[in-house]
Amino acid sequence: MSLALDILSVLAISAGAFFFLAGTVGLLRFPDALTRLHALTKADNLGLGLVVLGLLPRADGALGALKLIVVWLLVLVAGATVSQLIARVAQRAGPAP
Amino acid sequence: MAEFLLAAAGFVLAMVALGLVRILRGPAIADRIMAAQLLGTGGIATLLLIAPATGMAATTDVALSLALLAAFASVAFVQGTSGPDDPEATEGR
Repeated sequence: MSLALDILSVLAISAGAFFFLAGTVGLLRFPDALTRLHALTKADNLGLGLVVLGLLPRADGALGALKLIVVWLLVLVAGATVSQLIARVAQRAGPAP
Repeated sequence: MAEFLLAAAGFVLAMVALGLVRILRGPAIADRIMAAQLLGTGGIATLLLIAPATGMAATTDVALSLALLAAFASVAFVQGTSGPDDPEATEGR
């Protein structure tokens, strides 16, 4: 059981780290602001979500696990709001692609 | 397992640091705040990974406050750049 949880942790955290890699590469390589925003939100939501999922078995108690989930939910809500705002600024700055 | 968590934290931190090149290159101000937002999320992920690796549970609380501050930073940026032609900027006044 413990081994299975360890394997889940390693898999989920590796996948989360991969999404951060994808987010960075997208942020550096994509041609315009809106596609960069697309790459960024994947790293924000999925990358952090998978890292949190991988860390859940190692959290100390139900309260620690709940705190991890709350961090992720806060980032989700903030990311959804902020990406809308950034997209509006990017669209005002230049014509839509 | 602690070594793996620390390695993952270092990897995420390196990726986020690489993303900061976008702040240098720009070109628009929106691109720069995107890199800053990635820094915020990557910092949260790094802190969450460090917490169980070192056994310091308080690091999770630091991640929680960083999540709050990163959101405020981006909202303040948009508030600062919205001009008089922005319909939503004048709506609440």
